[in-house]
Amino acid sequence: MFAGVLHQIMSGIATGGIYASVALALVMIYQATHHVNFAQGEMATFSTYITLTFINAGFPYWIALATAVVLSFIVGVAIERVLMRPLANAPVLASVGVFIGLLLIVNSLSGWFFDYTIKQFPTPFPDHPMLGGYLSGHELGSTAVTLIVLISVYLFFRHTRLGLAMRAAAFNPVSSRLVGVRVGWMLALGWGLAAAIGAIAGAMVAPIVFLDPNMMAGILLYAFAGALLGGIDNPLGAVIGGFMVGVIENLGGAYLVGTELKLTLALVIIVTVLTIKPTGLMGRKVFSRV
Amino acid sequence: MTNLLEANGLHAAYGETKVLHGINFAVRQGGVTALLGANGAGKTTTLRAICGMVRTQGTITLAGKRIDGMATEDIVRLGVAQVPEGRGTFMELTVEENMRLGAYTRPAREATQDFEHMFEYFPRLKERYKQQAGTLSGGEQQMLAIVRALLLRPKLLLLDEPSFGLAPLIVQEIFRILARIKQDEGVSILLVEQNASIALEFAEDAYVLETGRIVMSGSSADIVKDEGIRRSYLGY
Repeated sequence: MFAGVLHQIMSGIATGGIYASVALALVMIYQATHHVNFAQGEMATFSTYITLTFINAGFPYWIALATAVVLSFIVGVAIERVLMRPLANAPVLASVGVFIGLLLIVNSLSGWFFDYTIKQFPTPFPDHPMLGGYLSGHELGSTAVTLIVLISVYLFFRHTRLGLAMRAAAFNPVSSRLVGVRVGWMLALGWGLAAAIGAIAGAMVAPIVFLDPNMMAGILLYAFAGALLGGIDNPLGAVIGGFMVGVIENLGGAYLVGTELKLTLALVIIVTVLTIKPTGLMGRKVFSRV
Repeated sequence: MTNLLEANGLHAAYGETKVLHGINFAVRQGGVTALLGANGAGKTTTLRAICGMVRTQGTITLAGKRIDGMATEDIVRLGVAQVPEGRGTFMELTVEENMRLGAYTRPAREATQDFEHMFEYFPRLKERYKQQAGTLSGGEQQMLAIVRALLLRPKLLLLDEPSFGLAPLIVQEIFRILARIKQDEGVSILLVEQNASIALEFAEDAYVLETGRIVMSGSSADIVKDEGIRRSYLGY
């Protein structure tokens, strides 16, 4: 029994890492625009297809992934510049409309280019159990990759000029312009970074859930639940929330509701957080004195 | 003395609402100019117009170069720093990060050397260096806003009501430091104030603004002497 629980928790952490990185991508765009990018998941799926295309073309795994990450970054920047830019001062519903439109378009493009059949996706990690059988090689490897991504993003935002400028632009665009920060480009970089993180998350989750145009739909829901649970405006909170949802999902699926109803848990978390504590567990507290 | 900043026939509007109706003014190189007037006269809008933050007509030149119609970020990079209305503090960030942002357009090493220099003016910010800026008192936030602007190494410093919401003693302290800064840094200043007496003491030249039009201009000394202007526009 205990070994079973431990096993569920460990693999919960492994999938939680994926949710955590997608949650981080959601939060990055939310902080800057106060909108949830519903198309985040579909963009990641499309990126995963790009990775697979490069792998099938004979490129080594990591080169294929790196190329897809760079391309996703560029496309993310382009989407902000071309699609979101004109909506900077538009009403909320207009932005939501564009996000949903983007979701449908990217989803259809995935199906159009790469067809709707479910595809296997390779893993670069060894194919045998590790850590005394508690985790598969892929689970351990993808957790490591996720952690590296999360830590890099953290260091980038904390310790680089550009990272500071991006945070400043999200918090206070007017003051940012007054110190010479090019706010528009900071938003675009945020989109690029979110898309790049999505590309990595997609490649890490695809070997587990298999690749099809709707691969990320469920993942996005878990990630959204994680982001809300931790605090939608707190990147660290969202990451922790993502891991927590991964563990809750696995334990709940194994012992409580069964695998068929697992996705319901995500919805239960979303509704519970929104009704009881809308700021999430670690929602941003802004101190202000007048 | 030559003019660093000149505005000619400057109009400004928020959507349909016109706020400035073709005003002319100048800031002398190395001088302090005050812009006075009641609430809603268009003082803050004038500063926003200089920084390209509102829609304008007319011309604005900085050291002979047209800056009207340019993006805020580009005007700032030409050496125009603004201490905005409400201080513009990055509340969620630390004092240090606020200062780094002030120096955003300059090489990092050069800026860090400047930090020590700024602490000579405002030692209190050194004590608060690692603290979240939102926890600072109003006076400290005003100091931080001035430091953020100075770290840009501006040619022109725009100050929007540095006395706003502060206790008289703090206001005196801030203006004492501003006087030192004016002497040491060789920066030209355009000061917007409702507190006319303190502004006229600090500035050499002044303009009085009333509902978007300039109703009087001249040296601070002349304006102080003019009883009529003082009574009707400056309220003291």
